[in-house]
Parts: sequence; C-alpha cells; structure tokens
Amino acid sequence: MFEILLDATVRAGTPILFATLGAIINERAGIINLGIEGLMLIGALAGFAATQASGSLLLGVLAAFVAAMLAGSIHGFITVQLRGNQIVSGLALTMFGIGITALFGRSMVGLTIAGFERVAIPGLSKLPVIGKPFFNQDLLIYFSFLLVVVISLFFYRPRWGLALRTVGENPAAADTCGVPVILARFMAVTIGSGIVGIGGAYLSLATTPMWIENMTAGRGWIAVALVIFASWSSYRALAGAYLFGGITAMQLRFQAMGTTVSVHILQMMPYFFTILVLVISTIRLQKGASQQPENLGQPYDREDRK
Amino acid sequence: MKKFALLMLALMLILPQFATTAEANEKKIKAGFIYVGPVGDAGWTYAHDEGRKGMEALPFVEPSTFIESVPEGAESARVITGLVRKGHNLVFTTSFGYMDATLDVARRNKDVVFMHCSGYKAAENVGNYFGRMYEPRYLSGIVAGKMTKANIIGYIAAFPIPEVIRGINAFTLGVRSVNPKAEVRVVWTQTWFDPGVERDAADSLLDVGSDVLTMHQDAPATLQAAEARGAYVIGYNTDMRSFAPNAFLTAPVWNWGPLYAKTAQQVKDGTWKSESIWWGMKEDLVQLAPLSDKVPAEVKALVSEKTAAVKSGKLHPFAGPIKDQSGKIQVAAGSVAADGDLLGMNYFVEGVRGTIPK
Repeated sequence: MFEILLDATVRAGTPILFATLGAIINERAGIINLGIEGLMLIGALAGFAATQASGSLLLGVLAAFVAAMLAGSIHGFITVQLRGNQIVSGLALTMFGIGITALFGRSMVGLTIAGFERVAIPGLSKLPVIGKPFFNQDLLIYFSFLLVVVISLFFYRPRWGLALRTVGENPAAADTCGVPVILARFMAVTIGSGIVGIGGAYLSLATTPMWIENMTAGRGWIAVALVIFASWSSYRALAGAYLFGGITAMQLRFQAMGTTVSVHILQMMPYFFTILVLVISTIRLQKGASQQPENLGQPYDREDRK
Repeated sequence: MKKFALLMLALMLILPQFATTAEANEKKIKAGFIYVGPVGDAGWTYAHDEGRKGMEALPFVEPSTFIESVPEGAESARVITGLVRKGHNLVFTTSFGYMDATLDVARRNKDVVFMHCSGYKAAENVGNYFGRMYEPRYLSGIVAGKMTKANIIGYIAAFPIPEVIRGINAFTLGVRSVNPKAEVRVVWTQTWFDPGVERDAADSLLDVGSDVLTMHQDAPATLQAAEARGAYVIGYNTDMRSFAPNAFLTAPVWNWGPLYAKTAQQVKDGTWKSESIWWGMKEDLVQLAPLSDKVPAEVKALVSEKTAAVKSGKLHPFAGPIKDQSGKIQVAAGSVAADGDLLGMNYFVEGVRGTIPK
C-alpha cells in the first residue's frame, strides 16, 4: 500500500514540480512570474497538439517548452526590457494563457493520443519500497529528477549560474562586474517559462492524455506558493511538490479503503500543511536565513544605480 | 460627391423601415447562456452547448450568446445583467450556484425570461429545470452490476449535495437489483472539474480492487484511468466512448436540445409561464447512451426491457423497500420516494460503502 501511495504521490507532484522549478529560475533572476497557470495551459495544449499531429511524445514536450518559452518572453520583454509591473504582467499572462488555449484548443477536445508509458530502470526499479515509485515511472518523471539536480548545481557551481543569482540579488553589482543583466534576466524568464510549460504538458501527455480547457485547475497557483515554501531551492521544491501530491493522493486512498475519518478533515490536510510550512519558513526567515533573492520584483535600470 | 452622400443618408433612413415591416409580427428570440465550465469540457457544459445549438436551428431564434466559465455565486449577477443589457430576452443559467443571482437579476428585468438549471427557486419570470438523471443512472447500475467480477464498483463523486447522492443511490439500487453481493465504494473529490485529481481518485478505487468505475464529474479523466488499467467504466454527461474505446460500457447522458427549443417556442408564442420542470427519460431529457459491444446480449436485452419500464412509469428506481446504510427503512415497501424526498436526499442506501461529508 505504501508503495502505491508513494507512486501516486510522485505522479501527482510532477506537474507542480516542473512548474515550481520554472518559477524558481524566474525568481532567482529577480523576476516574479504570476503567469505560471497560463504558461502551464499553453504547454499542455502545445504539447498535446504537437503529439496529436506528429505521434511523437518527444516533439510534444519540445513544443510545450518552445510555446511556453515564447509566451514567457512576452512577460520577459515587459518586465525586463520595459521594466513594467511584474505582478500585473504576470496576471495578464495567466489570463492570456487561459484565453488563447481555450480558443485554439477547441478543435482538440475529444481527441486522444497514446500518452507516456512507464519505463522501468533495470536494477533500481527492483529496490524495495522506493524502487517502483521512483524508478518505474515515465521518462518525464526521470527528466524532472535530473532537472532538480541540474538546477541546483547550476545556481551554485558554474560562473554564469552564480552570475544569474547575483542578477537577482544585486543587479547593480552584477552589472559592474560585466554581467549583461538585461539579457540574463530575459533568458531566465524565457527558459524558466519553458520548463513551466513542460509541467503543463505532463498533465496533457501523461496524467490524463487529452486536452480539456483549463485542465491545470489551479496547479500553477500552487507552484507560485511552493516557490516561497521551497525558499528558492530546487530540492525543497521537490519535497514541497511531493508533499502536495502525496497529501491529495493519501486522502483519496483513505476514502477508497473505506475509512471513517471525515472527508473534510482529510481534504483540509494540504492546506493545513501549507500553513504549517509557511509558519516554519517564516520563523526561519526571521532568524535571518531567508533565501529570497534580494532584488526580487524590482526592475533594473542602469541609470538608477546608486 | 455631396449628392452621393445625401443618397446614402436617405437609403440608411429608408432601408431599416423595410426590414422592420417585414419582421414586425415575428417575435425574435435572442437567447443567452451562462456556463459554469468551458464548452470544451467534453461533459456538462458541452452537453448544454449542444442543446443551445439544437435550439438555434429554429428559424425565429437569432444567433445566441454563451459565456463560459462564469464563477458561481453573487459575482455571476454581473454577467447575467450584461446579457440582459445586450438585449437577450431569454437567459439560461446552467449551474446550481447561479440560483440567487438569477433571481436577483430577474427581479429587476421583468420583461426577460430566465431559466435556471438544477435549482429550486422560481419567480414570475424565472422557471427552473432539471432532469431525472437518476433514471439512466439506475439503468447504468444494472450494467455495472452485471459486468463486475470483483463485486467492487468505484464511484468518483463530486460534491456531497442531494443531486450527487441521489445519483449514487440510484446507481447502487440498479447494481443491487441484479447483483446483491456487489458494493459501491465512494470517493469524494470535491471538484466538478479537475482531471488530475479525478484521475488519481479513479486510480485509488482501482487500487482497492474495483473493476467497474463511474463518476459524477465533468471531465473524462475517470474513463482514461479505467482504460489504462483494463477495467470497465460508465461515463456521464455525454457519450465519451472515444476516451476509452475498450473500457466504455455506457453513460447516462443529457439531451437539453428539446427542452431549450420548447422554451424558445413558448417564449415566442407568449405561452411561457414559470414552472419547475423535472423531465425524465419519458421526455427524452436524459438518456442512456448505447451499450458498447462489451456488454453481453442478455444484459442488453434486460436493460432495454428496464428502459421501457422506466419510460412507461412502471419501474421507479426509488420504489420501496429501500434501506439506508444503517438498515433503517427509508422508503416503505409498496411506495415510491416522493419528489421532495428525492430532491433533498441526504443518506446512502444499503450497498454503498463510504460516508457523506457532513
């Protein structure tokens, strides 16, 4: 039973994980992106449409990445180049995403594709308890594991990873050191958005291989909250996304097993945990351990440098 | 040039006169629809939109307007008012949560006819309508009861309101009428439309051994879960067999077209009056989608026999004796549940495993 639960946890958590990772990349460079929900929908539709037309899941994932990247570049242009309000631009991006996918998705409703299948990793999938849930999954889930490690290493190891972080912490300092701040921020927004798009594509290519309007059903907003919850760390994003996926999976399974615990208590759990984790992270924040990029939400203008 | 402009002006003044004289004695219906979900949901809203298109086929109906994904509650009043301001004279609000907003707007717009779906309040210019979905649900229960081998049937339930509870009970009564050993397990998602959660709920029911699933949500995620795991599934809202070609057995479905067309006709003729419409299979507002070829011939024969009995009124799904989960008699032998009891149903019948969140 525990294995099944863990398996459902990973599957439910993965779309949120991709979205959170993408959002972290945005925010590490200092740009708040509230367009996550819209980007996920764009990724979901583009991924489904490309797979439907070509029969290739790989092309679907690529299309999701590129489409969300293009949509994200609008946010990038407005907030980085034009130094527009990040909150307003992000919200507009979400509404844009909901609208445009509804419009272009109409002909996709009711069509079906063969979604991602499980691929067991030889050896690892035979491990007790964690073998099946983590190593008998689909390729996108393995990709998400890889991404967590790569993103974490990226921000702390290579020069340009450190440079990108500095852009979010103190763009003036980065600029002084010769880091192209505007370009770095723009790249972070577009690539981060592309990864968010893959999260949407996970829903339309793996969870439920189909296109339905608004199929992300608010997961983008959970990701926005998880970024803070994860204090901008990709490992904690993984933990947070699985915590959310796991609690949902658990309460459904408790019901299916016929427990007499009140459904309301079960369904309260994800929110209860959110509050709990927010309290804990706020206490840590007050102790000075905040990971929030210093310059988050601030547009950068060389002329304003102090 | 000046002459030409003058001519145009004259034409512009005269032409509408011709148009109005030709149509003067023909009242046009301009209908507006408020939807709770997207038309592309393949379910509840999609079914309403098919009904809307059916109504538009009438010659006196002007192209109608629909507004999708309108949040329920007081906010919706603004959207409904918007339709009225744009000159719609017949407005359908197609979800329970629009009830008070519909009445509110109707009070201030007496010349517009409002039809609210699935509620219980009415006014001089507000009618309400719904379908006896429990009839085809009962029939689909017969199919499930015959097809299950594990004797565990999974029901992915939406919100704990009488409509959903009634559906679960009717389904279970259908199951138990042919298979008293089977139980129906209920999982609540508290969603109308979240494919991810619904898929997970379906998987959780398959994990505990269900081999037939059905659901009350608007998205076809449950169908895909059943298809992927080799179980059977009974859909809802619309005939969704394309999502699960092997798993699909049948589905209780909505057919709003005839009701919408009839309402438009009545409003045009001036014969419309406020009433509470609760049509069933007899009036063809609810139907059972054709059974798939996975269903054996003798079950098909049984279902068509029962369908005829339901339509003729000989068979009522809620005919007593009906016991609730605790074994208490809720409907006495020899009687049928009154409509009022059906509309306020708040208990599970014997054979359901699960609890109603209070």
